[in-house]
Amino acid sequence: MAQATLERADVETGRRARPRFADRDGLLAWVFLLPSVVYIIALVAVPFFLAIAFSFSDVTTGNPSFNWAGLRNYQRIFGDPVFWQSLKNTLVYTGIAMALIVVLGKVLANILVANFRGKWIVRFLVLLPWTTPVALSAIAWLWLLDSIFSPIDWVLREFGFIQGNMYWLGKPNLAMASVIAVYTWRTLPLAAVIIMAGLVAIPKDIVEAAAVDGAGFWRRMFEVTIPFTLPVIAVAALFGAVITFTDMTVVYLLTGGGPTHSTQVLASWAFIKGIEGGDLAQGAAVALFLFPLLLAAVIAILTAVRRMEVS
Amino acid sequence: MAIVEVRKLRKYFDAGGVHAVDGVDVATEEGEYLVLLGPSGCGKTTLLRTIAGLEVPTEGEVLIGGHVVNGLPPRARRIAMVFQSYALYPHKSVLANIVFPLKAERIGKAERERKAGWAADLLGIGHLFDRKPRQLSGGERQRVALARALVREPSVFLLDEPLSNLDAKLRASARDELKSFQQRIGTTTIYVTHDQVEAMGLGDRIAVMYEGRVRQIGKPVEVYDDPADTFVATFLGSPPMNLVPRDGRLIGFRPEHLLPEEIVSGDDRITLPFHVHRLEHLSGDRHLYGVVKGLGEETRIIARLPATVSVPITPDQTYTFAVHGYHLRFFDAKSGERTDPVRVGG
Ligand SMILES: Nc1ncnc2c1ncn2[C@@H]1O[C@H](COP(=O)(O)OP(=O)(O)OP(=O)(O)O)[C@@H](O)[C@H]1O
Ligand SMILES: [Mg+2]
Repeated sequence: MAQATLERADVETGRRARPRFADRDGLLAWVFLLPSVVYIIALVAVPFFLAIAFSFSDVTTGNPSFNWAGLRNYQRIFGDPVFWQSLKNTLVYTGIAMALIVVLGKVLANILVANFRGKWIVRFLVLLPWTTPVALSAIAWLWLLDSIFSPIDWVLREFGFIQGNMYWLGKPNLAMASVIAVYTWRTLPLAAVIIMAGLVAIPKDIVEAAAVDGAGFWRRMFEVTIPFTLPVIAVAALFGAVITFTDMTVVYLLTGGGPTHSTQVLASWAFIKGIEGGDLAQGAAVALFLFPLLLAAVIAILTAVRRMEVS
Repeated sequence: MAIVEVRKLRKYFDAGGVHAVDGVDVATEEGEYLVLLGPSGCGKTTLLRTIAGLEVPTEGEVLIGGHVVNGLPPRARRIAMVFQSYALYPHKSVLANIVFPLKAERIGKAERERKAGWAADLLGIGHLFDRKPRQLSGGERQRVALARALVREPSVFLLDEPLSNLDAKLRASARDELKSFQQRIGTTTIYVTHDQVEAMGLGDRIAVMYEGRVRQIGKPVEVYDDPADTFVATFLGSPPMNLVPRDGRLIGFRPEHLLPEEIVSGDDRITLPFHVHRLEHLSGDRHLYGVVKGLGEETRIIARLPATVSVPITPDQTYTFAVHGYHLRFFDAKSGERTDPVRVGG
């Protein structure tokens, strides 16, 4: 009897002592990483190298056979004024949208952390643009900015600010402003939520100390909350920049790059050239110009995150 | 310098569920060092924050220098507050921390630096100006927080347990510094603590708080010798006052007043048999744990013999101890309030 219990105890402890699957960290690491590795190789690395290869070839949708073309594609796009217009637009849109996103994101974040009646409704409304698919919201904006039936025009007319129509998407400057506005509108919720997370993390007693020390609203904002949330704001700005920079949907659906390419960006131009125009090689060459700039943005994001961890 | 007064102050949290401050009337005197003392959760911080304007009172008034300041934001009240955590701005240097309140008042750079220098000299932190708060020790941080409070020459200082983060030795010296510093500048100060030693040592007067109310306010000696109720009697003093039930009353006496009968002389002494169970030596004194009979019901009590009393005592023996009649305090057993003395025969 005693012998039997002893044996059973041994077996039990023996079983317990053997490492389980969940204890083997090295193996687990691979199991968990594998899906992302597969994903990154299949959907990021392969297309990336394919694009590099295409940009030195003469591949078209009609004739997918690969022939070496050297730098001819690059020469052609450098000679094309639409490319330079697209590059300039991409940088200008990203810059302006980023500035607007940061400033308005900070304001919205302040509203999101404030305590008032009905704050849930406001939070819901603020987050709505982010949850709507881009294509859907771009189409909604298309209607809002319609040349004849625009509700915005109607409101302005009713108040007597304008007569007739604005033709938001029909005039180059207004079309640019409209595109920037939609970019900002779309990325704002993300930025606001990121900045809000930063605001919530500020120690309460520090803000109170500043209030007791005689600092008013603006001084508290510029000397306490902004220095505290700077890394977070940087992350929000860079996210906004990357999203705006790489997006083609808004321009493509809203203006199609028009009028006469005045709102074209690199992504939409690459799509129009490569997919719609069928010249895959040139499309790839245009799209590759996004890469060095994006790389710089990613490095900046990672540096900001690292700084946040350190402090 | 100004008098701070609160009238019928109440502060409820959670829609009236928590009565953090429940009807407090207190007024400081000019240049006084008033200590708010009470156990954890009794509403000391809430009272202080309400005076600072960081909490809006549910009811009642706050007056500073004779003016009702209920509607004023914290920055308009000319107060300086030192938080328990010090709340230094971590991204600013020590100098920038100290001059922050002056910048908020739009005082010129030269004047700012002169005042910062003055405060730093007073507290001995001039050599730390370029450091960031995280490069300072606890004691240095406290002095920076004090300097930041000081430069504005506020009319009132509010201090919330500023010493609680320091180790015992540093706390003693910081307490000493704080007291002499306050005496030099003579600014009205309200100091919150749950440490009775700090309260007795620092306060011109002590307000003892419990469950959102001020139970007693008075000079440290008065509060210690003449507690207004059993809460104050047992909260102050270590070990606390002994309470012996008798005929619907409680008879209280301090452990240091119950001594072997050969030491207590005089007509009004009351002798009692004291059965000692256990004995502790604490910093020279002897603490005797045991049971007394004769004064009222048989009760477990503590007696404290100072180092100067050398009468030999061994555990598990009964000795005759005595206490002077004028050292006895009487409380109502139900309400805990002080009552008139009654005759207790030998
Ligand atoms: N913002 C708040 N919301 C709800 N209840 C609160 C709030 N602040 C304080 N209280 C409650 O009010 C009571 C008094 O709190 P307070 O911080 O004033 O105590 P205290 O005397 O300072 O205690 P301690 O010595 O531990 O600091 C406590 O019961 C606390 O839980
Ligand atoms: Mg407190």
